[in-house]
Amino acid sequence: MMNYSARPPDKDPRPDDETPAVRARALSVVRGPRTVLHALDFTVPRGQITGLLGPSGCGKSTLMRAIVGTQAKVTGTLDVLGHPAGHPTLRTRVGYVTQAPSVYDDLTVRQNLDYFAAILDPGRTAAERRHENVTRAIADVDLTSHADALAGNLSGGQRSRVSLAVALLGTPELLVLDEPTVGLDPVLRRDLWNLFHAIADSRGATLLVSSHVMDEAERCHRLLLMREGEILADDTPDALRTRTGSDTVEAAFLHLVDEATEDARERENTR
Amino acid sequence: MTTRTRSAPTTPFNLSRTTATAARVLRQLRHDPRTIALMILIPCVMLFLLRYVFDGNPRTFDSIGASLLGIFPLITMFLVTSIATLRERTSGTLERLLALPLGKADLIAGYALAFGTLAIIQSALATGLALWFLDLDVTGSPWLLLLVALLDALLGTALGLFVSAFAASEFQAVQFMPAVIFPQILLCGLFTPRDAMHPVLEGLSNALPMSYAVDGMNEVLNHTDMTATFLRDVLIVAGCALLVLGLGAATLRRRTA
Repeated sequence: MMNYSARPPDKDPRPDDETPAVRARALSVVRGPRTVLHALDFTVPRGQITGLLGPSGCGKSTLMRAIVGTQAKVTGTLDVLGHPAGHPTLRTRVGYVTQAPSVYDDLTVRQNLDYFAAILDPGRTAAERRHENVTRAIADVDLTSHADALAGNLSGGQRSRVSLAVALLGTPELLVLDEPTVGLDPVLRRDLWNLFHAIADSRGATLLVSSHVMDEAERCHRLLLMREGEILADDTPDALRTRTGSDTVEAAFLHLVDEATEDARERENTR
Repeated sequence: MTTRTRSAPTTPFNLSRTTATAARVLRQLRHDPRTIALMILIPCVMLFLLRYVFDGNPRTFDSIGASLLGIFPLITMFLVTSIATLRERTSGTLERLLALPLGKADLIAGYALAFGTLAIIQSALATGLALWFLDLDVTGSPWLLLLVALLDALLGTALGLFVSAFAASEFQAVQFMPAVIFPQILLCGLFTPRDAMHPVLEGLSNALPMSYAVDGMNEVLNHTDMTATFLRDVLIVAGCALLVLGLGAATLRRRTA
């Protein structure tokens, strides 16, 4: 598990390596009659784990879908790895795991991964490399003993790990993970967070991980705290705790929420 | 050890990705042997039944039997494809695939290839049974029957793919069967010759692809050679299938609300 080599030297150094992984300016998203994201400004630095935290329904998933380019009605600027979000060249460079596991229930774990690997890296000449990548991705999510089980017969947590393994194929530079640890037992959650750190450290990959469980925040390098389609804070966990004088990120979040509500009330009163 | 995968870019059509998709669809079906058995056996059982319903009237069996050889693949492929693509849409796998470097044509051609293969098996069995065991009297070549059956199957796949975009649930998808297929069965000349219908209905039947599928089958039934009418029928069915496949591709959106 977690057997990553350092990123091999690139033959063609990409000029956009210095740009942040994600840069949003005045990013808004409208879904139906509602504005789900309100003019967000933020950047996600490269090579780190950024946690996207907030209560369910605050717009985390919509923001992630906008970043991977599957969300319609996005306005403002949103650059991912130096390209506009959804640009065709990003399709192999960004890995995305949806909240609900998106795998084929009527295929085995290995067959699922074989198929997605064939889409990422097609052709008969790549067969051996694909096989290696698939075997490694299955080992990464600790499902080697279930490789030949049908995805539909696995438990919920196991299925979401199959979904995660798909995103690990093809060594993406940016991994967007929507609540990857929901419903997993503590041991597995710890293992996955270790895996995320291994991916960030050894490959220099950027991870954007959403969660509504605040104790996972402590494991991130940076945090984006979201509430009702707005970003409350964009900082490191330490700085957040210091700034708000709280012991935990959860307390810091509640502090910021109260502060925001108070501000809004004051503005209402002075009007 | 990992090597940085130099992934191929998205191209409108890539043969490897198409065959990988077809292989995946067939692999999914292989885990569901009952569906395969139903797809392949039901047309045979229906033909068998039909043969003995018209036991005293073999000429009617010839005509209806040949038409049904064209209609069965269309219906089965329509049902299977509409449900399969609906599942792909609702399970999130379609969104995932479209976020990967997969061309829309790869996906659609992959489905067409997989279900086309099944349709060949289904039609070959049904045609073989009808010709050699149920004494269906066909003047032309059985290969031409098979060709029309295959094109019908493609048309069914195309229609199924297209309507799945308008179905939000399996319940709706199944209801599209009577909505899209039944009118075509009523108007295709199976029950009344098309030129004997009310002019409005005849005009309507001229606009529906299944009419040409059934006409094509009847041409093979009655003529030894490939007639000009047969050629026209085949081209129309193939053209319709391609047109609807194109429309189906347009319903696959990389960005959704």
